[in-house]
Amino acid sequence: MLKDATAIVGIGQTAFAKRLPETEKALACRAVLAALDDAGIAPSEVDAFASYTMEETDEVEVAKAIGAGDVTFFSKVGYGGGGSCATVGHLAAAIATGQASVGVAWRSRKRGSGPRPWKNTAVQLPTPGQWTRPYGLLRPADEIGMLARRYMHEYGATRDHLFNVALACRNRANQNPDAIMYERPLTREMYMTSRWISEPLCLFDNCLETDGALACVVVSAERARDCRQKPVYVHSAAQGLPAQHHGMVNYWNDDPLSGPAWTAARHLWKTADFGPQDVDVAQIYDAFTPLVPLSLEGYGFCGRGEGAAFTEGGALELGGRLPLNTGGGGLSEAYVHGFNLINEGVKQLRGTSTAQVPDAATCLVTAGEGVPTSAVLLRA
Amino acid sequence: MLNPVIDEDGAPFWEYTARGELRVQACAERDCGELRFPPRPCCPHCGSFASEWRLMSGRGRIWSYVLPHPPLLPDYAEQAPYNAVLVELADAPRIRLAGNVVTAPDARLDSVDPSRLRIGAPVRVAFTEIDGLAVPRWILERG
Repeated sequence: MLKDATAIVGIGQTAFAKRLPETEKALACRAVLAALDDAGIAPSEVDAFASYTMEETDEVEVAKAIGAGDVTFFSKVGYGGGGSCATVGHLAAAIATGQASVGVAWRSRKRGSGPRPWKNTAVQLPTPGQWTRPYGLLRPADEIGMLARRYMHEYGATRDHLFNVALACRNRANQNPDAIMYERPLTREMYMTSRWISEPLCLFDNCLETDGALACVVVSAERARDCRQKPVYVHSAAQGLPAQHHGMVNYWNDDPLSGPAWTAARHLWKTADFGPQDVDVAQIYDAFTPLVPLSLEGYGFCGRGEGAAFTEGGALELGGRLPLNTGGGGLSEAYVHGFNLINEGVKQLRGTSTAQVPDAATCLVTAGEGVPTSAVLLRA
Repeated sequence: MLNPVIDEDGAPFWEYTARGELRVQACAERDCGELRFPPRPCCPHCGSFASEWRLMSGRGRIWSYVLPHPPLLPDYAEQAPYNAVLVELADAPRIRLAGNVVTAPDARLDSVDPSRLRIGAPVRVAFTEIDGLAVPRWILERG
């Protein structure tokens, strides 16, 4: 069984900025070495790696640069930010089944100063993009904006609900000196008067464009007890690719508004000792604000169509029903394909977050909703 | 502008649009007959590799829409803000084709005043020729 068999014992990150001078490879190495140092584990002990298919620095480069030993497990997960939590899940599975003993997951990306993937017109349009991109659904913001407008129409959600999400993330970033938006408060007026990106989504409904890298170290629960840091146990892990799902353009099935979160959640809770009502703090993937109400529904914090209303009354703020994205998230800390959400979950359960939820003992971390996704439940 | 891609699975779609027909792939197994989109080699309901292309009326309703603003690819930025819509086909409500609502088949992507767009608004298909392909566009029924 996977349950509590492994733990995250080290986390590392670089600075986050619109532009960092170093290469993605150098940033990856810095983050990985910082995570190993945090754990008190020598690089030569690393025998497993996991990252995203979109990660440009491969295992070979990272392993030889940091001085890893013989590596016996390596894995990459697809679908952009949908793969974030699965990197930890794959390492946990590998270690729990004896395929490796010290695993490193990482993501390094210069999305701030580097290219926007949607601007690439050289690659052949794959299915299903060939049926959507020619009509000007060019960017993830356009593709998710389509679902967002339908969601608002069906459930009476408003821009104020989306603002609640943006504001909660910004408020937490304002407490986090490492966050890109640390010194930049957000007001409702700023939100309501900001420029459109893809109506109904405005600038502040979109995540940041960031250069940065993060990593974490996973070992067995037994090994974790001897590490430098308080272990944060991987209680449950799941991936989700629903039947008849089409990726970010999930337009051709019975119910486009119930996505991969629902699939991942069913498995996640089935194998857990606790339920949504027992989650102290959540880190929910927020490339776009509407992904949060969808995820709140998918992971069972509220019923179908209730995700927007859930955000009312400060529910997502510290002291609310479900404090979330306590480092500032992709919207206001850094957008590194959700890896900062994993590390922030670890900080909460160590008790070292800059926006600490008192006595937090359980944390849900999710990857991108709207694409084949993944999630982990962490516990102290 | 990005042109639609013709691959083996989708080629019949474009052969039919060239004749002014909007057709959707369906399972050709007598006991099944389920429609599917995007086109793919076999039926997800029964596993049959036999397929046919069923004629649609060309009528539908706007299921949702966005109004993209820059930054965009240059050809699109030049027409922004334009609309991109999903049209729920009257004959196959689960199949929602992406497209653009325009005042006439050859009109610009920003030719319709966005205030006239509504979820649920009835539209009908029309075809415009782009680089030798007949590409579907959508016209408001209550123009």
